[in-house]
Amino acid sequence: MTVGGSVVDLGDLGFDEGGHLLVDHALRHIPPGGRLTIHGSAPNLKMHAETWARGRGHRVDAGPDRLELVRGTASRWTNAETAGSPGREGVVDHPSASWGVAARGAVVERGSPAFDFTLTSKSDLWSDDLAALYRQGVAAQWDPFTAIDWDADFELPDEIEDAVVQLMTYLVENENAALLVPARFLGRVHPHFKEVVQLLALQTADEARHVEVFTRRALLRRDTLGLSTAGGQASLKTLFDEPDFALAMFLLSVLGEGSFLALLSFIAGNAPDPVTARVAELAAQDEARHVAFGMAHLMRHASEDPGLRSRLRAAIEHRHSSLESTAGLNQDVFDALVLVAAGEWTISGIRSGFGRVLALKDEMDAGRRRRLMRLGFEEEEARRLSGLHTRNFM
Amino acid sequence: MFRLGAVAYDAKVVPIWDGFKAYFESNGLEFDFVLYSNYEAQVDAHVRGDFDVAWNSPLAWIQTRRILEAAGRRASAVAMRDTDQDLTSVIVVRKDSPITTIADLEGRTVGLGAEDSPQATMIPMLHIAEAGLDPVADCTLRYHDVLRGKHGDHIGGERDAARALVAGDVDAACMIDGNHLVFAGEGTLPGGSTRILARTGRYDHCNFTILDDPDRPDVRQFATLLLSMSYDDPGLRGLLDMEGLKAWKPGRTTGYDLLDRAVDRFGTIDSWLHARTA
Repeated sequence: MTVGGSVVDLGDLGFDEGGHLLVDHALRHIPPGGRLTIHGSAPNLKMHAETWARGRGHRVDAGPDRLELVRGTASRWTNAETAGSPGREGVVDHPSASWGVAARGAVVERGSPAFDFTLTSKSDLWSDDLAALYRQGVAAQWDPFTAIDWDADFELPDEIEDAVVQLMTYLVENENAALLVPARFLGRVHPHFKEVVQLLALQTADEARHVEVFTRRALLRRDTLGLSTAGGQASLKTLFDEPDFALAMFLLSVLGEGSFLALLSFIAGNAPDPVTARVAELAAQDEARHVAFGMAHLMRHASEDPGLRSRLRAAIEHRHSSLESTAGLNQDVFDALVLVAAGEWTISGIRSGFGRVLALKDEMDAGRRRRLMRLGFEEEEARRLSGLHTRNFM
Repeated sequence: MFRLGAVAYDAKVVPIWDGFKAYFESNGLEFDFVLYSNYEAQVDAHVRGDFDVAWNSPLAWIQTRRILEAAGRRASAVAMRDTDQDLTSVIVVRKDSPITTIADLEGRTVGLGAEDSPQATMIPMLHIAEAGLDPVADCTLRYHDVLRGKHGDHIGGERDAARALVAGDVDAACMIDGNHLVFAGEGTLPGGSTRILARTGRYDHCNFTILDDPDRPDVRQFATLLLSMSYDDPGLRGLLDMEGLKAWKPGRTTGYDLLDRAVDRFGTIDSWLHARTA
């Protein structure tokens, strides 16, 4: 087969075997009204050329020893629009709704339907770190069925096992929120910002895995789960009630998951059994990435939008006031943490565990203040705002 | 109000004409459409004056024209698709078939489309007849009636004939030329598995039919708007894709000779016409 100039030789390849691909390819270089000579020996070549051309607005001019295709003027690609370009330099400020789900950089036919994505502004979504964070996230994926030695040999006192079950019950509840809150935004983000969509998708997949492993650890030695309080759920529900993407990610990823990062690291370091330690360790790795995503997004956003900090401040204060009447952290969860840290049902163990949980709360507070200051808050205000964070941790 | 009659041969007919209605009305022509389940009912309604323009199959065009001519009136074709012009039909056999000439079809089973399909039945039968074989007497005819009364508009009859050919149930199958390629692309007739035994002469397919005066202002406005539809317009491209064209062409009536001859030869519409012109 040869393709060159305004001649295409199909050899013995027929239109009914894919020959149109060569013709179409050759036509790319021919303007409307231009001619393409077709050579070939396939049976029915002329008839198939005619019917193929007819359906595409071209026509065939043929003689006994001549088969020419005259290119028509109709093209669905007239005035087609290129949807940015694939690299991060090709991300535009406001992608068109009718670019829809097309790949960034694709040529989009005019007349494509407008999608009603509501998160469509680069300044609200973008950070240059996203692609790197996604690559790290993908590389750090782990299999909940093999990354944990579920058959590890251990036996805990009943009181400690019960505490682990309560703690896992609490973690599942919080991870459900951490899964669903970004998932609700995921479907609203214009996929032109593919790195944002990818990271949110990865984040929800991470949380789904956390739900899996915490549930499995809870049921490793027991048939039932622990308690869920109205106050805990009220705290998490405020995350669902926040309609603004930046504010929701701030409350969830920076403050909530930031606190959880310390909590999971604490559990990993103080767990009474290897399975609990491992599930917490793996989840903490993921949460660190989620916090990094939230921070990257907000730091860029804050640098471009001087009003963002006052909105972040208001979001913390609003959430605090709406939770004032609730009980805060489930006492059973607090006690469970103490017992998990104690690792044994003894006076000395409980005293030790209690002290370490208090230290954990200080560590969480320090982490929140550090992140708030990176977002541009003064030290004193960071301290005040961190103090307003939900007592439920997430 | 300018009204169009069309046959609902497929569910997509409704969005197609809804789209045209929106286009005409946005360009100042008050427009509506009436759907019929079969062309015979549409032709009767057209002659009765129930609507202004018919989107007619080639057979419906001949039915309309002959009724009008019998009454001393005239019918005109004001527009047609670019894809309606210069079509042919083919008679296809299996590649390894011993059939190499039309004469070889004697005693054989020929797969056709719907009995009232110009492209998959009447014109191929005419081709066989004019080659010297009487298809009715000398062949076994196997019709594939999908939605009779729709004049073969539905591709299903031709596809069934093609499937029957591959299955060995018929010795030859008749179809419009473009469908030979379509059936190859979808795998119904695997590429290289068949041979074209014969290709008919050229003919035209559907047209917009007007009765009596084609120069009425509303008809002219309708035709002008139709011919100015551009495939470059993204708002219209989907409509044109659904209706299977890239551009509308001015209507012509020179492409119906083969079908006229077939109608005469096989008496396809004799009794129907007689009931309306006697």
